[in-house]
Amino acid sequence: MTGADTARVRGLVKQFGTRRVLDGLELTIRRGEFVALLGRSGSGKSTLLRVLAGMDTEVQGESVVDGRVSMAFQQPRLLPWRRVWRNIALGLRTDDPRGVARRALAEVYLDERADAWPGTLSGGEAQRVSLARALVREPDLLLLDEPFGSLDALTRLAMHRLVTQLWQRHRPAVLLVTHDVDEALALADRVLVLAGGRIAAEHIVPTARPRSVARQAELRARVLSDLGVDDHEAA
Amino acid sequence: MTSSSSGLLTGTRPAGEAPAPPRPSARRVRRGLKLVRWVSPLVLLLAWQVVSSAGLVSPRKLPPLTTVWQATLEVAGNGQLGDGLAVSLRRMFIGFVIGALIGAALGVFAGLLRWGDATVDPVIQMIRNVPLFGLIPLLILWFGIGELPKLVLIALAAGLPIYINVHTGIRHADPKLVEATSVLGYSRWERLLHVVLPGAASYTMVGVRLGVASSWLALVVAETIATDSGIGYMINNARDFLRTDIVIVGLLVYALVGLLMDTIVRLIERWILRWRAA
Repeated sequence: MTGADTARVRGLVKQFGTRRVLDGLELTIRRGEFVALLGRSGSGKSTLLRVLAGMDTEVQGESVVDGRVSMAFQQPRLLPWRRVWRNIALGLRTDDPRGVARRALAEVYLDERADAWPGTLSGGEAQRVSLARALVREPDLLLLDEPFGSLDALTRLAMHRLVTQLWQRHRPAVLLVTHDVDEALALADRVLVLAGGRIAAEHIVPTARPRSVARQAELRARVLSDLGVDDHEAA
Repeated sequence: MTSSSSGLLTGTRPAGEAPAPPRPSARRVRRGLKLVRWVSPLVLLLAWQVVSSAGLVSPRKLPPLTTVWQATLEVAGNGQLGDGLAVSLRRMFIGFVIGALIGAALGVFAGLLRWGDATVDPVIQMIRNVPLFGLIPLLILWFGIGELPKLVLIALAAGLPIYINVHTGIRHADPKLVEATSVLGYSRWERLLHVVLPGAASYTMVGVRLGVASSWLALVVAETIATDSGIGYMINNARDFLRTDIVIVGLLVYALVGLLMDTIVRLIERWILRWRAA
């Protein structure tokens, strides 16, 4: 692997019984690049993330990540019996876990909730804690598994801004799994479409940040058609 | 701003439809029922006093409440009550702690490791199916009639429910949390300490409550059968002298201490699971 790549996947095959969910998948993620992965449900998006996270090793093919991996999930998956700051600091090797956790919380504008129980947080707040927990590990590759899927539309827009800001500050490579085309186009440098167990289409998003949906209408239509949705049908 | 928001409020809610607090009549009924709950026990106690002091029942069978109260003062004054209680509580404490520690340790062992489960669980299930108090003759044959058979019985009574609940709690650890924390770099030890064990805490506390109740019962039975000290000894002794009043005092002490211990365990449970209140 060249030093410019954070992750490289070659000929990845994952089988559940007789069904090949991933079938010779090829993927390269460059250092600091923001990649969005789109696909219909059941297309293997989450399976690919699990392989990259090292949670699934029963696969064929090659999958190499150069550096640390961290992840945020669709549900925040916080430990309900540990206070917010401990949720962030646990598992870290540091002399000042509380200080590190507080600084990470400040980045997601939640420093005043450091001592709260996770059960008292709103869905958006819990997801911000989950993001802070993933970022505080200073990952080279940040995996995001539909982390905004269960949030309401307004909170989701605020999260998009926050994620862009955090990515610009820390510059990890990001692989965001989503089924929301607009989310992919708002956040990523490159949008991939997963279908038939491989990357079926790839689009570079040239628009400068901050982005607006209106300027990307044509690209949006092309991505939708790769997903098998005609634009007039979606509109 | 203030005027518009208050205008909105009055505008959307027609007069006479103020947000209703619980209707006063419903509240009064609930409070009334709460009082009624005290009535039937008080009536029973009163009937007891009337029946026995009027001589309708022999005081040998059922002494009046006033006599029971005097007997309480008597055994408290001559040290019988204090000494007996100290011995019984000490027995309970030692037996419970030993049983709880062994039960919890085996539960963790069998819950975490597949071969631990395969080796430990069948034996425990076997013991669990023998009626606990049926073991008493065997325990007496093995350990005599001293402290040891009592402690073994109390420890078994505490350990079995704690083992079962710790085992179940650990088996029910949330696989999503375990998975997430392993991606986030928790060591095995950290995962055990912060994910698996706290996740089993609510089951464990159910086991502790059952264990306390069950080992207190075991203590009462053990003390009734063969003993020369403790509350059970006081009761047996009183029976030999036909002091029904002291027998009743002993029973009341058993009941009150049992209730007190359950209350303490519930407070501990509430503190341990305080994150849930959120």
